[in-house]
Amino acid sequence: MIRIIKSWSKRVLNSLFGRKDNIKLGFYGPPNAGKTSLANIICKDWTGEEIGSVSDVPHETRSVQVKEKVEIEHKGKKLTFKIADTPGIATKIDYEDFLKFKMKKKAAKKRAKEATQGIIESIKWLDDMDAIIVVLDATENPYSQVNITVVGNIAAKEKPVLIIANKIDLKKANVKTIEAAFPEYEVVGISAKKKKNIDDFYEALFRLSKKV
Amino acid sequence: MKRKKRSSSSSRKVKGLGLHVIPFSEVQYLSITDRIKKILKLILGNKIVILQGRLKVEEEIRLIEDTMAMVDHIKSFRGIELAVIEPSLNDSGIMAKMKQGIANRLSGNTGALTIIGPASIVKEIKKDPKKLEVMLG
Repeated sequence: MIRIIKSWSKRVLNSLFGRKDNIKLGFYGPPNAGKTSLANIICKDWTGEEIGSVSDVPHETRSVQVKEKVEIEHKGKKLTFKIADTPGIATKIDYEDFLKFKMKKKAAKKRAKEATQGIIESIKWLDDMDAIIVVLDATENPYSQVNITVVGNIAAKEKPVLIIANKIDLKKANVKTIEAAFPEYEVVGISAKKKKNIDDFYEALFRLSKKV
Repeated sequence: MKRKKRSSSSSRKVKGLGLHVIPFSEVQYLSITDRIKKILKLILGNKIVILQGRLKVEEEIRLIEDTMAMVDHIKSFRGIELAVIEPSLNDSGIMAKMKQGIANRLSGNTGALTIIGPASIVKEIKKDPKKLEVMLG
């Protein structure tokens, strides 16, 4: 009974102050940018479990992975998220690209088929998200049309966006180029692999959540 | 007489390159579905499409969705390469930007060009704010 009253009062307070309780947070971006690596850090930090597997072979995430009720505490504030790690969005899928990773033809073809379906699924999930983290590879040219299309679509749907420039541990990384490509949005440079600047990410995530 | 073997690199060369220019007036009154259908039909015919103007953001994402559905169903189809070039207004004054903004709304941003090619022909489109390079493979 006490739990029901507690949950009811929390919901009333949240609605009064415009704060959403279970923010649906989507991780979007091109393949191999590090969406799952970053989502894994959050899920591992706050639930003890990872959300998905990571690989050097592109399109490792081929269906939307969801982690419910991820409660994050930062500087005394708590927020609960529903985290959705989505397959990387691309305009082309060639199974022959997977053969370079010593994958067998049958497995490569299967991976390509699943990847195409994953991209369609990613796009469908966009509507359901409250806020989006766009993860980009800071060593790559950010001006690709896929990046522009994804960010443009999120903006058209008036959803809050935070852009993450991942892989800043690599020499080629250039956060400034990403900032120049998307001047309307906050860009945070991190390295999910080396767990660099993760505190800055959490800070930005809480700022983003205020816009929901 | 021995026949000369074709090297694998020569078999990958582009033999004939088809460009198809679509003026904005040709797609202006088409629905999203018909517009995307028209583009993808040309792409399947191994044409590089140069569209006057640019697709709306919802059309671009729909193009990606439909492309993926086709990759899934058509055996030899691998997808598309896509890029948009827009006239830079960074150095223009506020009035010029406003005028261009209104004109874009009315005309569908006809100052822009959209390049869409089948991934089997267009290997990569390298784009930065100043230039655009279409790499054929």
